[in-house]
Amino acid sequence: MSATTYTARHAMGRRVVGQALVASDGFSARYDLNRLQGVFSRPAHKLVGQSYVDRILVLDTAKGGVATAWMLHEMRSRNMVPSAIVFNTVNTILAQGAALGDVSMLAGFDGVDITAQIPHGAMVEVDPDARTIRVLAPGEYPAPSAAPEGTNKVHGQR
Amino acid sequence: MKLSPEEQAMLDGEAGTVLQTAMAHQVKVGRFFGAADFVPVTQAHVMADTESLGQAGVMWLEKLADANQGGVRIPTITDPRGTDFEKASLLGQADWMLELERRAIDAFRRLGVSMTDTCINYQTVLAATRGEHVAFGDTGVVIYSNSVGGARSNFEGGPSAVSAGLTGRTPRYGYHLDSHRQATLRIRTDWTPTALDEWGALGGIVGRLAGNYWQVPVLEGLERAPTSDELKHFGAAMASFGSTALFHLPGITPEAHSLADVGGDRLPVAHRIGRADVDALKRAYAIDRKVDVVVFSAPQLSLYELRELAGLCDGRRFRRPLLAITSPQVKPDCDRFGYTARIEQAGGTVMAGMCFYQSYAREISEAKGWKYLVTNSAKLVNILGGYGYVPMLASMQACVQAAETGELA
Repeated sequence: MSATTYTARHAMGRRVVGQALVASDGFSARYDLNRLQGVFSRPAHKLVGQSYVDRILVLDTAKGGVATAWMLHEMRSRNMVPSAIVFNTVNTILAQGAALGDVSMLAGFDGVDITAQIPHGAMVEVDPDARTIRVLAPGEYPAPSAAPEGTNKVHGQR
Repeated sequence: MKLSPEEQAMLDGEAGTVLQTAMAHQVKVGRFFGAADFVPVTQAHVMADTESLGQAGVMWLEKLADANQGGVRIPTITDPRGTDFEKASLLGQADWMLELERRAIDAFRRLGVSMTDTCINYQTVLAATRGEHVAFGDTGVVIYSNSVGGARSNFEGGPSAVSAGLTGRTPRYGYHLDSHRQATLRIRTDWTPTALDEWGALGGIVGRLAGNYWQVPVLEGLERAPTSDELKHFGAAMASFGSTALFHLPGITPEAHSLADVGGDRLPVAHRIGRADVDALKRAYAIDRKVDVVVFSAPQLSLYELRELAGLCDGRRFRRPLLAITSPQVKPDCDRFGYTARIEQAGGTVMAGMCFYQSYAREISEAKGWKYLVTNSAKLVNILGGYGYVPMLASMQACVQAAETGELA
């Protein structure tokens, strides 16, 4: 495994490549999102105002209630859904929601805080069959259409 | 994941497409969590308000019902709906919301699901008992049933709970296993709350400290056994703030006759919390004195909460809307005992079968111009910030006073 590849204990879904939206924060579709606009909406969330659509979310932990189990499916039906979600710690609801909503997911990185390892805005590959997330080198991907806005300064990324 | 011949037949479609859909979903989740096999469950509880389902979720349910292959095989009940049909206009809800609700209800009924529409089924329908494996949705229901009842459930989102109702089983992982039910975080308090908002705030603080689904806090230091309503607010807020599904209170909850029973004696005291912490949490939400609406909900109110509320409403006249939301099981007694009349005589409204945050809260805010919301539910204040509200936490008495004066004292 290279220094930019990290292996998860839990995985589901298909291989996806996309731009990472990274924050040391939690995630609940009900608590944190404006699902009509496709943006994080909870004022206290570190990604507030940013679009999650087609991004690969790299977050600390799954939060909140059971609604996300339906909501990822509903978001998928409108093509307003993240392409993958990567957690340090997942709960059952997010996994159930990912299963119904066909959202790729990784969770549980032994001894590693994945939100401190993946640069915000980096292009990454999530490969559930290999249980890995990999930071891609320039040249391995087409240029992203738009860079996400800056977020948690702990990562120092722009 | 080991499947019995019956389970394999379901997965292979030999029992029809409905059971195949349900089993495929459960196997996918079970494999993700490394479940060894399935465990039979005796009850399922489905969270399925249509704000969460959307058109896509309702169509998923309708497809299962339209197959006409039979329905649930164990008692399967529902969490609050997205409206109280009799009071929908008061909430500014649109016709399309009600139509979507009607479609979901019709599909559920055709699948044999009982429309109890409650998040306090442990107080009103059938409490799960110690060691009973169940598939419950609504985090407040799960944490109460696991912790206070000693039952065994993970957070089962709507699709998983429906699947469990159809197959009569759920993947054996998480809180179905002894190995996950020991305490992982030891917390001590030197203060025992009295009011429900304080119990909720204390639970919220414990949840924040616990931080994720797999942490099991044990809290020492309570000076008395809390009531069912106190534990309801305590647990619901803990689950909301922390995604916590199980807690222990030594000498109070059934799996912790002593601290040692849950392994707490081997843990250091990681945190000490008291009244100052609860007051600080409440102050953090005290943004403004202005109040647009007062809401009692999340969880639905018990008969005794409504009794207390009715007493506080006597002799008052509200300048702001006051909504008190309960279950369809409690509402008839609330009417029969005169509590509804006393609350509504003051200008409040008693609703049943819904929950405020599960009822298109964002659209309600826009339709009614409600932004500054006061409640005694710590769970509700934790949720509503994302819906554009400025939610504030106060005692039931202070909430009622705010409805009367239009300001939070």
